[in-house]
Amino acid sequence: MSFVPLTPAEAAAMLARVGVSSVDDLFEVIPAAVRFPALDLPPGQSELTVSREVRGLAAQDRPTGELACFLGAGAYHHYIPSAVGALANRAEFATSYTPYQPEISQGTLQATFEFQSLVCDLFELDVANASVYDGATALAEAVLMAERLTRRERVVLAGSVHPEYRSVVETYVAERGTELVLGEVAATDGALREADVAALLDERTACCVVQQPSFFGGIADFSALRQACDRVGALLVMVCNPIALGLLKSPGAWGADIAVAEGQPLGVPMSFGGPWVGLMATRERYVRQMPGRIVGAARDAQGRRGYVLTLQAREQHIRREKATSNVCTNEALLALHATIYLSLLGPTGLRQVAENCYQYAHYAAAQIARLPGYAVLTPEPYFHEFVVRCPLPPEELNRRLLADGILGGLPLGRFFPELADCALLCCTEMNTRAEIDKLVAALAAA
Amino acid sequence: MGEPLLSELSVEGRLGHRFPAPDVPAAPLPDAGLLRDRLPLPQLSELEVVRHFTRLSQLNYAVDTGFYPLGSCTMKYNPKIDDEMARLPGFAGLHPYQPAETTQGALRLLAELEAALAEITGFAAITLQPSAGAHGELTGMLIIRAHHLGAGDTGRRRVLVPDSAHGTNPATAAMCGYETVTVPADARGNVDLDALRRELREDVAALMLTAPSTLGLFDEHMPEIAAAVHEVGALLYGDGANLNALLGVARPADLGFDVMHMNLHKTFATPHGGGGPGAGPVAVRADLARYLPVPVVARAADGRYFLDSNRPDSIGRVRAFGGHFGVLVRAYTYIRLLGADGLRQVSETAVLNANYLRVLLQDAYDVAYNRPCMHEVVLSGRRQKARGARTLDLAKRLIDYGYHPPTIYFPLVVDEALMIEPPETESKPTLDAFAAAMLAIAAEAAEQPELLREAPHHTPVGRLDETTAARHPVLRWPVPDELGAAPAAVGRAQPLGV
Repeated sequence: MSFVPLTPAEAAAMLARVGVSSVDDLFEVIPAAVRFPALDLPPGQSELTVSREVRGLAAQDRPTGELACFLGAGAYHHYIPSAVGALANRAEFATSYTPYQPEISQGTLQATFEFQSLVCDLFELDVANASVYDGATALAEAVLMAERLTRRERVVLAGSVHPEYRSVVETYVAERGTELVLGEVAATDGALREADVAALLDERTACCVVQQPSFFGGIADFSALRQACDRVGALLVMVCNPIALGLLKSPGAWGADIAVAEGQPLGVPMSFGGPWVGLMATRERYVRQMPGRIVGAARDAQGRRGYVLTLQAREQHIRREKATSNVCTNEALLALHATIYLSLLGPTGLRQVAENCYQYAHYAAAQIARLPGYAVLTPEPYFHEFVVRCPLPPEELNRRLLADGILGGLPLGRFFPELADCALLCCTEMNTRAEIDKLVAALAAA
Repeated sequence: MGEPLLSELSVEGRLGHRFPAPDVPAAPLPDAGLLRDRLPLPQLSELEVVRHFTRLSQLNYAVDTGFYPLGSCTMKYNPKIDDEMARLPGFAGLHPYQPAETTQGALRLLAELEAALAEITGFAAITLQPSAGAHGELTGMLIIRAHHLGAGDTGRRRVLVPDSAHGTNPATAAMCGYETVTVPADARGNVDLDALRRELREDVAALMLTAPSTLGLFDEHMPEIAAAVHEVGALLYGDGANLNALLGVARPADLGFDVMHMNLHKTFATPHGGGGPGAGPVAVRADLARYLPVPVVARAADGRYFLDSNRPDSIGRVRAFGGHFGVLVRAYTYIRLLGADGLRQVSETAVLNANYLRVLLQDAYDVAYNRPCMHEVVLSGRRQKARGARTLDLAKRLIDYGYHPPTIYFPLVVDEALMIEPPETESKPTLDAFAAAMLAIAAEAAEQPELLREAPHHTPVGRLDETTAARHPVLRWPVPDELGAAPAAVGRAQPLGV
């Protein structure tokens, strides 16, 4: 298959105009010894043939939907209203570039302005950027931003922040001399609890990072931590779940200085991990240290309202090595998914889906807690995930569940060796009572 | 002709989507102190949402609506089959933590994509993790840093970057803790070899080089550059933004590069999405493979694929979960459609297209470096500027002619730069018509430059006041009246003739 429209006659006319006898002549600048290598790739195929082959690969997978999904841990199986894909996948959005020419990019620009506004409303913070790669890189950028704002290089991370987010922060600060201090989580008296994070703060601390709901599903009160941050002049950075924010107090209301979230639950397919979209918001006075693209409102000479990329003096194409970040794209198309999703759901729909998640998770946890040999370790209150201690290795348990068409929870040993007998289970609005009852029966039989 | 904001269309009590009530007994909610008391999201019906975003889409220029000669962005056609494959439930429905036994098809696709990219670039190993080109740069430079430190070489503090480089190059080097040093170009648009040699000392970690360069030129001293860099123990980093010129033409590893990133959203035809998602895989020579970020796709002795995170020398994680899998599926599909011959035809045609435009435009505009170019050509509007029309004005006037403008004012080293990239999927009639428009605009610039200064004339908004927007930023709704009243909603009481 080729998407090159050129005919031999056209090519001949163009070569004549350029003044060369063959295309090869245009490549004489390439060292002859390495020019035109024979690539060992299969020959090109028709669309029909490739479609069959790729469908064949997809058919080897067992996706959610086919399997009842109780797996979460940062990626969530939610219903995506049909209108989200139908609108976001319109080619006028999908095949456009970064809106460098605002007069012919108002669609992307206005949608991004709306995205920023929705994130601000959801987080109850002043300003949001146009998004970054994902929730984890949003956190890494937030940590770097906190270091710039405070001119400090010590960062406290709660132990209940997603372990992969922690790893990404470690990668991003590895060469900067940042001191990373990690909070501790321990299962004592049958409950998984975080040791007091506030005790880890000191006057050299740039920021304290917490996650709400925590990696283990728990919901915490951050009033005391906010005060502790104020006492030492540290910023409070919160990692949120945007669906949970349909129900829970917002990061702005807790007094967070920077809030980030993975936007995947807002109408973005899980797609084996990406592409997703990182949400990021902060207080107005910090906006010039926020990385990433930002869209602002503007007017033209005739007084008409429009939208432009703005505050670009922070960015790499202007500031080069002095930029706030090397980031040069956002995740515009996924941000658009989130924008359409939130437009459709509104406050009522978002609250409904959040409550459904909450109710299904609490129903499931209550049933599982009654089973002999199982224990729910995440204490109340929790949102839509909880840790279950299992009577047999969770990997083995999951193999048995899979035989019943169930995707079990995440075995925690990969991140927390001391929790090797535990799994993190998740429920969303996609799990019906029948599905949960089937899970509970399968656990009982395992 | 604008569109109101969602917040301006909102009506209290309107519902756009409903969920079923949960069919389980209700558990009590957490204490009120943990719950939010207000959620001020807009309230619209589904049809209102559909009309709103359909209307917004119509305000966008896109590859599917017209020629997009944006230099260094490779705005080629994005095949529809690629999108369809990415949306297959067997791919789009996969949770990233599913056991490998349920994701063998996806993992095999990743392994085969890695192998294909390795073959195309000539490198030994690939990571598919990075989310975008700049993310790939960060990954690649962290690998270079790990390589030097792993060899006990702690004295390398500087990274060299040509003056024509993308801004991401110096920004990335700075994020990795390096001091950047700019290397100038010579009179033919190559890296100034003498200046490079002067800067190359034992304290240099890498030279970050875009090949072909952002001037659309392949450096005439490529072997000498690679040798000089390697002689002082530095590594040659390849910015693969312009790989569309080299498919089946030259493998970057054969040119002396040690590490490079690719932009799948450019070279391998995945949609740009209005500014993401992209994907920026990084390729490395064999001895650097141990530093690649985790996880990597691996294959067990029994032939089964799995994601391996147990790699002690790795630079760590650069993002959570996998890479941009949906983008990777599209790139894989594209490579399978084209095969080796199709890929070479891509680069040959892209280079022919750019040279054809260069020749058609060389009399009316100054060509920055007038020698055979690669897949893009950089013009200077300095002649037009002298007559009262800046490059910005030329670009805006092109919009009146129905084209997306080229990249402008980049690379920074060319005065009044216009960087034109006509991808291989554009036809000769399109190039001819575009060139005719450019020539007509050159004539207008000479005769009536004010026409250009006021362009564009037919867009929903004219030039926007970006200075005030940056000085008094309005970054969220509500938009104050000083910035223009809310436009009327489409299909609602709109006066005829507007």
